[in-house]
Amino acid sequence: MAAQSNLKNMVMVLGLTCLACSAVLGGAYALTKEPIDAASVAKTNKAIGAVLPAFDETSYESVDVEGKTYNFYKAVKGGETVGYAVESTVVGFGGPLSLMVGITPDGTVHNTSVLSHAETPGLGAKCNTDAKFMAQWEGFDPSVKILSVKKDGGDVDAITASTITSRAYTEAVKNAVNAVKSLKEESHE
Amino acid sequence: MEYFLIIISAIFVNNIVLAQFLGICPYLGVSNKLSTATGMSMAVCFVITLATLVTYLINHYLLVPFQLEFLQTIAFILVIAALVQMVEIVLKKVSPSLYQALGIFLPLITTNCAVLGVAITVVTKEFTFGLPSHMLNLGEALVYAFATSLGYGLAMVIFAGIREHLAMNDVPKAFKGVPIALVSVGILALAFMGFSGMVK
Amino acid sequence: MSKNFKLITDGLVKNNPTFVLLLGMCPTLATTTSAINGLSMGLATLFVLVLSNVVISLIAPVVPDKVHIPVYIVVIATFVTLLQLLMQAYTPAMYETLGLFIPLIVVNCIVLGRAEAFASKNGVLASACDGIGVGIGFTLALTVLGLVREILGSGSAFGFNFIGGHDGMLAFVMAPGAFICLGYLMVLFNKFVKKD
Repeated sequence: MAAQSNLKNMVMVLGLTCLACSAVLGGAYALTKEPIDAASVAKTNKAIGAVLPAFDETSYESVDVEGKTYNFYKAVKGGETVGYAVESTVVGFGGPLSLMVGITPDGTVHNTSVLSHAETPGLGAKCNTDAKFMAQWEGFDPSVKILSVKKDGGDVDAITASTITSRAYTEAVKNAVNAVKSLKEESHE
Repeated sequence: MEYFLIIISAIFVNNIVLAQFLGICPYLGVSNKLSTATGMSMAVCFVITLATLVTYLINHYLLVPFQLEFLQTIAFILVIAALVQMVEIVLKKVSPSLYQALGIFLPLITTNCAVLGVAITVVTKEFTFGLPSHMLNLGEALVYAFATSLGYGLAMVIFAGIREHLAMNDVPKAFKGVPIALVSVGILALAFMGFSGMVK
Repeated sequence: MSKNFKLITDGLVKNNPTFVLLLGMCPTLATTTSAINGLSMGLATLFVLVLSNVVISLIAPVVPDKVHIPVYIVVIATFVTLLQLLMQAYTPAMYETLGLFIPLIVVNCIVLGRAEAFASKNGVLASACDGIGVGIGFTLALTVLGLVREILGSGSAFGFNFIGGHDGMLAFVMAPGAFICLGYLMVLFNKFVKKD
């Protein structure tokens, strides 16, 4: 059974336990730091790969457009720009909704993918699984179609019973399209 | 306005028990009687707010500057355990009547996951509350913690009321005790779902 | 050996942490939105439970009585943090799904409860077996609850959709369904498994 308590052994045991535990954790942290960073990079790269045509490499910059900060990735293949991937976050139904939006140099949406969301399971969360909703973003041309849901007079088919999520998703895409547009205008001047 | 949204959101929309599933063990354990439920709620309210204040400061001024965020769990639980002990000692000296009311609940609170849950949530999660998503500052974190614990109290008091009535009813044997309580909480949670989406 | 085997089977039925001891309710309700999520949470808890039981049974004889709770909590928190780091590195998607409830294993009453009630008074091997038994019992309960909620709520089992095109009853994936399902599972357990 447990040993008798006196000040000396209490301080010693607590101190030693904390010391040993911190040592173990420090070691574990050093060992897992690399795989953890790699996993987060892999996640971003996977999302970029999913929303853009094939590319050789990407360059990253953080840009401010109209007071909002975007993570902006430029994808290059054989020296030519094949598209831009933009991380765009808006407020959805349940909390922040974060997308990766791929846009080709002519301003067309190549594809989109959800990075994180807090939408209701089975309703708004379908923005990540509903095939019909997701497919309409492939090749969506904002110069021909209007970027708002059909209920608001646009060309985006909303998810059934999840208009707010669909609106937020559309807004996120719109922000990304505008960000790329204004960046390109800046670089032309 | 923002603080108002935080309060509504934490009490009703994202109620800590009925929507976030935190602090269920004491919720089921001490909600038999209205009086104990009220005592526990007040103790939780006190500890959550205080613990959030201390852990927020520790995270901000100790863990983040030294890049020790991976020690968050271990540091927070130790702080909470120590804090609960200190609150107990101080209450005993300063206000024996309050100690009488809250005393028996205090040791239970260390392992109430609502306390650690809120402490971790406010320093790791981004919130919106009608603004672009952002990390909470100290003021918002405190309001959030306090409102969350009010939500805990609300859920607790409502449920204790229901249970006092349940106890007087003839419940099938297999349902007696916790099972019927769980089903009732489920129906209560269903009612709270009506608030969902009200505040983003 | 048979004694240790009995410790494992005890954890499954007689001392089932969820249905009998009513411990660890928060992760039980929060993470069982699908069978896979429930299973993963159960395994994560199993990992912490076995390791902390082993270490605590080793150090218990030298830990002074008055500080035993803080020492146990530090040991448990260490293994939880270890688990967090490993999951972040090798199963990041699952880490995100289970989210807050991984660090909250620290305050899961099952882990501290077994440390107090069993590991501090028994040998290493027996404590390990107790950890495995209770851990598997917990995992099993979580998986069953997750499976029931997934079938009712999203019309699939372990991710395989079998009612094609339909959505099932959403309430079961959300908070109310968790409470109601667990309540009814407990009724069934009381009726058919638990012998008075």
